[in-house]
Amino acid sequence: METKTPILEMKGITKRFPNVVANDHVDLELYPGEVLALLGENGAGKSSLMNVLAGLYRADEGEIFIRGKRVEINSPRDAMLLGIGMVHQNFMLVDTMTVAENIIMGMSDLPFIPDMEDVSKRIRELSKQYNLQVDPLSYIWQLSVGEQQRVEILKLIYRGAEILILDEPTAVLTPRESKELSGVIHHMTQEGKSAIFITHKMEEVITFSDWVRVLHKGRLVTVKKTRETHPQELARLMVGRDVLFRLEKKARNFGDVALELKDVRALDDKGLPALKGITLNIRSGEILGIAGVAGNGQTQLVEVLTGLRKTTGGTIRIFDEEKANKSPLEIINTGVSHIPADRIARGIAGDMSVANNLVMKCYRKPPLVKKGVLHPSRILDLAHRMIDLFRIDTPTPQTHAKFLSGGNIQKTILARELDACRGLLIAAYPSRGLDVGATEFVRNQMIAQSQAGTAILLISEDLEELVTVADKIAVLFEGRIMGIVPSSEADTEKLGMLMTGVKV
Amino acid sequence: MRIVFEKRKTLSRKAIFLVPLASFLISLLLTAMLLAIFNANPFITFAAMFKGAFGSWSNFTETLVKAIPLMLTGLGVLIAFRLKFWNIGAEGQLAFGGIAATWVALFWSPFLPSWMVLPAAIMIGMLAGAFWAGIPALLKVRLKVDEVLTTLMLNYVAILFAEHLYYGPWRDPKGFGFPGTPPFPEFAWLPRIAGRAHLGLIFALVLAVLIWFMFKRTRWGFELEVIGNNPSTAQTQGIKIAANIFMALLLAGALSGLAGVCEVTGISRRLQQGLTIGYGYTAIIVAWLAQLNPIAAIFVAVLIAALLVGGDQVQMMMKLPAAMGLVLQGMLLFPMLAGSLFTEYKLRIIRSKTAGPLSLARDN
Repeated sequence: METKTPILEMKGITKRFPNVVANDHVDLELYPGEVLALLGENGAGKSSLMNVLAGLYRADEGEIFIRGKRVEINSPRDAMLLGIGMVHQNFMLVDTMTVAENIIMGMSDLPFIPDMEDVSKRIRELSKQYNLQVDPLSYIWQLSVGEQQRVEILKLIYRGAEILILDEPTAVLTPRESKELSGVIHHMTQEGKSAIFITHKMEEVITFSDWVRVLHKGRLVTVKKTRETHPQELARLMVGRDVLFRLEKKARNFGDVALELKDVRALDDKGLPALKGITLNIRSGEILGIAGVAGNGQTQLVEVLTGLRKTTGGTIRIFDEEKANKSPLEIINTGVSHIPADRIARGIAGDMSVANNLVMKCYRKPPLVKKGVLHPSRILDLAHRMIDLFRIDTPTPQTHAKFLSGGNIQKTILARELDACRGLLIAAYPSRGLDVGATEFVRNQMIAQSQAGTAILLISEDLEELVTVADKIAVLFEGRIMGIVPSSEADTEKLGMLMTGVKV
Repeated sequence: MRIVFEKRKTLSRKAIFLVPLASFLISLLLTAMLLAIFNANPFITFAAMFKGAFGSWSNFTETLVKAIPLMLTGLGVLIAFRLKFWNIGAEGQLAFGGIAATWVALFWSPFLPSWMVLPAAIMIGMLAGAFWAGIPALLKVRLKVDEVLTTLMLNYVAILFAEHLYYGPWRDPKGFGFPGTPPFPEFAWLPRIAGRAHLGLIFALVLAVLIWFMFKRTRWGFELEVIGNNPSTAQTQGIKIAANIFMALLLAGALSGLAGVCEVTGISRRLQQGLTIGYGYTAIIVAWLAQLNPIAAIFVAVLIAALLVGGDQVQMMMKLPAAMGLVLQGMLLFPMLAGSLFTEYKLRIIRSKTAGPLSLARDN
């Protein structure tokens, strides 16, 4: 097979964003009739590389060759004309229109009134040829997620795509639909199409692909024939070779169990199972890290713990009291604090003052409030103290929170949540997007808090952070805990395999 | 050289005052141009409008007469708008309040001591307004029904119901066919304090201060502020969103209902045609121009009322259409809304070709 000429070559692709290099001289080759898997953690640069190929981003450096000819791809339309099409994670379909209408929508060479009979006939032919069962006359809202994905693929084939890019195609599918998709991909390659798919699931790499390329922090770390590698090797490469730096932690005696989850189950917004039986516990003074690729149930785990989402089974005990399906306020009143993953969308009220944002948890209690009337000077005093203690850089306490930098917004949230915390802290990605100084500050505050006896659940995508801050690390994969390892024994290979769904 | 918008790092105190003022001047300028097209001298016209609204004690009290319902409905609308609940239904809430007050004034006097009839009319009228706002509020928080549609549609229901009553079952048999109920007994009249301006003025002033205090200083106001600003944050902080929005809308409806009570008991002293002449819609302009500040709403209501009364004067004195007052209202709103951009952004002139962002500068 090596003698075949590649249908697609990307050479030295570099894509920079402010403060981050998403792709650093990445090379890629794709052969006709083959499937290439792009494997990597969140932020490894898979999606940005594919967005360059699909014409959504423009590379800062590098060249792209199709069938040996150098090409410029400046827009999705250019990409389409070259036979490159991408199926995004969120489908781009219009619910209230039919499959056929969606498939031809936006095509440039359509007559003013398209002959829908003809279009439907062509779609039926293609669905037969590629084994993509779907009725061209049904409406998108009538279709299951798996069928909608087939429409997306058909849309690309209809427009003559030779190279299909699939961005985490199985993330939204049920296991049965995933199996069907694997059949579809197999069929397509037999018909001469090529595919690249982005993934972080090891099983898919093994079953779907001919070749695998592993990205880590924007760089290409390896190219392997899928047959000639094995999950352990890929896992280690994906997570990175670097030795994890460890802080010497004093052995500490933890207190009573503060949080205990038994077989907790919950659905996501689409009604699909997102948590499939989570069992874990955290003792006072202990930090439990949750590792895993985003989208494996982290959001839902935080939400059931903070009263924002209903469980469908299992028990959640906080300080030995059943707290599943209680309101957020009841959970706050038991002393649980929460640093939300999306700090702007859930953590602050941007058009309110920093002072008001700081007291957003404790305003309910005296001395800040008396008979329903707030005490502004006491609120301001408290705000001043918190601003000093957490070194929040704000012109005045009255400044609207939206004018603060990301790091200072996070410090504001941290100050509020730690001040109100009485024993359990749920922290989701607390240092994400922060600079080195602010990251350090946030981590140290959490460690100090745990030493004062607080139990902390720390969700992070940064393994370095988990190993340095947490005492134990639980790995979440597809709504299940794949394993819990003490951070002193955690190594990248083990974590990487658990994160990609390989049992150790 | 290019001109770009740049987001201000902090809210400028100066801009909060200067921008509305400049907007007002621009709207006067625009209206002046329009008047010039009609061959009317803008200065004389403006002077006539001003005199019509404030030129004499009786003119001033007439301006207040129109300002009172605008104040009350304006407060009702701004409470809802602070929660991003787009209450277009102040007109219907006003009408329903008026209907309920009429019911009490006409039919309860046999069962109540006469001194209690007016307070009862006020109470029942406010409850009716609250009820009328409560329906769309409940639909919104329980079933996510769009409140713009429901509040608007309920306006027609209330207005037509009032019409049905004074054309039909409640029509004054001695009214020579005039569409209206019999006049209220004298003890159900809202006392007047200056000209036709009635006690409703005091209600509005006191309520504006109370609402200002509620938003600024109370726990409930704080929670409403968080909900209006970022519902997801409110939810995360354990603030009950549905119940709070519902309660706030009951209050908003009660205020508009009170406006209706004051109109029927203080001005017409019966339910008749002319109760719903658009105060509830103008209230939306009042609320926006006041930037949802209850104290500012009082002054804005007087300003808008002055435009209405002054517009009538222009009609009489300058032989211009009375609609000129309405045109000026519209002219006022546009620069103000456009102007709000300048309280958040500032203009920056860029001389070199390369520096600076292309369009709206993003949040730093």
